[in-house]
Amino acid sequence: MNAVAFQALWSHWRRHKVQLATLVLGLALATALWSGVQAINAEARKSYDRAAGVLGQDQLDRLEAPGGVTLSQYIALRRAGWDISPVVEGRLSGDDLRLLGVDPLSAPPQPALTALAGDSAALATFLGDGFLLVAPETAARLQGSDLPPRRIAADVPPGTAITDIGTALRLLRTDRLSHLLIRRQQAMGLTPLDQITDLKRVTPTDQSSLAQLTDSFHLNLTAFGLLSFAVGLFIVQSAIGLAFEQRRAAFRTLRALGISLRRLMALLAVELGVIALVSGAAGILLGYIIAAALLPGVAGTLRGLYGAEVTGTLSFDPLWALSALGIALLGAAAAGAQALWRVARMPLLAPAQPRAWAMASGRMIRMQTGAAIALLLLSGLLALWGDSLMAGFACLAALLIGAALALPVLLLVLLRLAGRFTRGPLSEWLVADARQQVPALSLALMALLLALAANVGVGTMVGSFRATFVGWLDQRLASELYITTRTPAEAEAIRTYLTPRTDAVLPIWSVAITLRGAPAQVYGVADDPTYRDHWPLLQAQPDAWDRLAQGDGVLINEQMARRDELSLGDPLTLSEGWQLPVVGVYSDYGNPQAQLIAGTDALATHYPDQLVLRFAVRADAAQVPALITDLTACFDLPDDALRNQAEIKALSLDIFDQTFLVSGALNVLTLGVAGFAMLTSLLTLSSLRLPQVAPVWALGVAPRQIALAELARTALLATLTWALAVPVGLALAWVLLAVVNVQAFGWRLPMQLFPGGWLWLGLWALVAALLASAWPVWRLVTLPGGQLLRVFANDR
Amino acid sequence: MIARAFALLWICLATAAGAQGFAGLGTDADGFALPSADSALTFPADHGAHPDFRIEWWYLTANLRGDDGQDYGVQWTLFRSALSPEAGSGWQTPQIWMGHAAVTSASTHRFAQKLARGGIGQAGVTTAPFDAFIDDWQMRSTAAEGDPLDALTLSARGVDFAYALSLQAQGPLVLQGDQGYSVKSPTGEASYYYSQPFYDVTGTLTLPEGDVTVTGQAWLDREWSSQPLANDQQGWDWLSLHFDDGSKLMGFGLRSSTGAHFTSATWITPTGQTTAYGDGALTLDPLETVEVEGRKVPVRWRVTLPERDLKIDTEPLNPQSWMGTMFPYWEGPIRFSGTHSGKGYLEMTGYE
Repeated sequence: MNAVAFQALWSHWRRHKVQLATLVLGLALATALWSGVQAINAEARKSYDRAAGVLGQDQLDRLEAPGGVTLSQYIALRRAGWDISPVVEGRLSGDDLRLLGVDPLSAPPQPALTALAGDSAALATFLGDGFLLVAPETAARLQGSDLPPRRIAADVPPGTAITDIGTALRLLRTDRLSHLLIRRQQAMGLTPLDQITDLKRVTPTDQSSLAQLTDSFHLNLTAFGLLSFAVGLFIVQSAIGLAFEQRRAAFRTLRALGISLRRLMALLAVELGVIALVSGAAGILLGYIIAAALLPGVAGTLRGLYGAEVTGTLSFDPLWALSALGIALLGAAAAGAQALWRVARMPLLAPAQPRAWAMASGRMIRMQTGAAIALLLLSGLLALWGDSLMAGFACLAALLIGAALALPVLLLVLLRLAGRFTRGPLSEWLVADARQQVPALSLALMALLLALAANVGVGTMVGSFRATFVGWLDQRLASELYITTRTPAEAEAIRTYLTPRTDAVLPIWSVAITLRGAPAQVYGVADDPTYRDHWPLLQAQPDAWDRLAQGDGVLINEQMARRDELSLGDPLTLSEGWQLPVVGVYSDYGNPQAQLIAGTDALATHYPDQLVLRFAVRADAAQVPALITDLTACFDLPDDALRNQAEIKALSLDIFDQTFLVSGALNVLTLGVAGFAMLTSLLTLSSLRLPQVAPVWALGVAPRQIALAELARTALLATLTWALAVPVGLALAWVLLAVVNVQAFGWRLPMQLFPGGWLWLGLWALVAALLASAWPVWRLVTLPGGQLLRVFANDR
Repeated sequence: MIARAFALLWICLATAAGAQGFAGLGTDADGFALPSADSALTFPADHGAHPDFRIEWWYLTANLRGDDGQDYGVQWTLFRSALSPEAGSGWQTPQIWMGHAAVTSASTHRFAQKLARGGIGQAGVTTAPFDAFIDDWQMRSTAAEGDPLDALTLSARGVDFAYALSLQAQGPLVLQGDQGYSVKSPTGEASYYYSQPFYDVTGTLTLPEGDVTVTGQAWLDREWSSQPLANDQQGWDWLSLHFDDGSKLMGFGLRSSTGAHFTSATWITPTGQTTAYGDGALTLDPLETVEVEGRKVPVRWRVTLPERDLKIDTEPLNPQSWMGTMFPYWEGPIRFSGTHSGKGYLEMTGYE
């Protein structure tokens, strides 16, 4: 019985293969985009956790000394019973590799070393001749290097090599340990550390974790994924709705034959479940492909922006696949719920004639409009008075849903306005018919609106971020050359050498202080045009730079101003007996910590012992390469001691632009999904709209002309939707920049407008809409005349 | 006394196998020295480390009674395992050291593990004065004259226990097997093996409940070799017994995959005279198996040595004396009764 009924229901899909394909493809696309973005985020987070979690450095207290820890200091503590583990850290500049030396015999358990735990011979070689544990991409990069042999360990962060402490000390040519990790659990009755060592115990702060830094980036990706999913669901909803409407007759017949409503519902649910599973599987495959294709770009972006090493290759996580399948089922359920509900309420002997399923009544439009106004109001209220990240997201959601719901009525209004300017019967028919189609197309148009608004919104945000980033680079990299020296003597020698040869040698130095219980960094800045001209201040007292130079004021970063609710003129105690008023606030993107700028002389007075080892050099840009050559020759400086500003800037921007690759790719994908939603809706309509088209045809309008009219109408609707999407997108960008970002990260990115992008987007929307309508129109106009004539057959 | 470590440290750390078939030739394929029946042990030199052998240990177990009236067992072990047959120095020394310590009562079994490499002063054994150490765990000679092992202090601690004991030998060193050459399988794998089973012990256990003053007796095993187990040997059941009359018995059975035991025993009189018994003289039959850490372990045994009219049943102080260390095994104090009675230690390895 079940099987027969199921077959009867399923026969619909056999006859409507395109509809089935639409449904499957829509759900697969929705799942793919959502889960693809999730996979990228998960991969990136895994990388951060790995980087932070190597050796539990993110959690365990450590013992340090300014010049490093000696072997005898380490052994003395071990012999006193303290369970501590030595770590040596360094850079091999020749190979651009971070080297981490550990003692596997005392190191805390960690994923990167699991490769050794199971493999005895490996541990023996690790301790003996030595090898480097590296991520696959690092291994590929190091091919042919004369470093010790490499072995792949997936849990090692890219750009890092983990090796035995003996090997690391040898490679780094040092005998000092960087620090000692203190295991949490210690034996009973030990002598307290401060009685047996003068090493300094440091508790790690999770303030500077990469995850926190990169959250905004992932937030944007997630928002994109969610949006794509929502857009995809519009397709699914329209396909399911259509299929259910077309099967009303079949439902009625089945019910009349004695199939209970409960059973019918169950069968339909099973059918939907099967389709969802198949689509979900396809979506997983597609999502994986999308994620794998986008990941290298994302990795490049994160490396450039935040110095976060993210592996460029995607690993397959069964849990991820499972959750993607779950999302597909959930999406199908959400999209099918309305249809099922309608079947449940359908009277047993309801008229079986198919009607335009989505022909919403005027009452429906009014309800939607009411809801839209309420949501938009709510969104506005949240934007103004919301005070948390959740409020920011709620504001976003209310804005987007409200805008989507308001679309039909706005389109109707616009079309009514357009109707006033039309001349001639055909164009009047065109506009009137467009109005008549709005309710039927509203879901597809809402999808288009969301996709376009997201494009505008995210484009604006990324663009604003880029512009801000360029400014930020100019601030940070105003000088032409950056030098890091190793000793005070070398610093002095280089400074003496450079002073007559360059425009200015500016010390870069900072003091770590604790301000209001949180760590903060105070930079000493010389009175130089480099800063006055290049360091734009968000707020400042008129004589801020003068007061800074005189030691009568301090600049603070935006995060600190927002977090501690400081404003200009507020006094700030930097250390005991040193109080300065805030004279300015500057932007400091990407830094989670509080930062201050004080006059270099004032800072030196209060911290006379702080070493100044880094310099920024102002010089004629053309002379910089020669200067680098001279410096390297005179002072035998290592490769990484000198950094050329132009190179850094170009590289940073280059890498930043990869962001656009990723968001650009996602933009195209969402737009594609929205276009597909249009296609399915138009396909549906094309068969239902014969009663509208037949009279026009009968009046003698050529099929070619009808086709043109159809295309023009679609273009008109798409253009109007685009026009409405631009303000929605700008509102979206504003919420992202001014509400979500501030709540999440403590800084506000200034919003900039990119009208050129909107025009391009409008063009793309037009192209997508025309492509979507091409097939339905072709189908309509190639209909045999007999079919069009048949429309009149039932006329009485 | 031998731990699973005997098997596992080799499996774990040895760069290559290939020792079999080289017995008596002096060195194995990797250059490690091999035990020979012809060479006599010399003291105190042989109390120290033998870096040219693959594996070695200083293994002490004590049966103690506290002033709280309870029985306790204490284990202190220092293992040495070489990646290659040289002493080396600095971080890249090929000598790896591992310490195990435990305090067992009828209701608790507390243990700890230490790992260190030689060459940096974190672990090792010196002979003048005798001092075996890893981190703050120490077995140090306090003997003013005579053999350095005649008097020792012993200390170790973990998260939830610590102990400090002093040991005084009441008899001579005892050479196991044939003058210290102890055969471990029918195919001839062997080790150097001697013991000091005559310690009187006094000291203090520091437990979360408080300090306990203890007295009792202890047994030290010294063993070194380069040869792995025979291929078909899965594990060991090992006993050290203090009889009430002052005699001692060391006995072990190596379980082969066919289920058969390769056994060996040494009877030690109260004055230190030894009689060695080869394969088959001693029999070991499990009487009761309990579940320990998710596996079945025979914690009660019937031990017979007909040539000595010995037939005893052993009883663990704590059936859950599981050393959940990197290479897990069962090790704990026992009592026994039958034709003879007394206390001792039981070690069982290879119960997966």
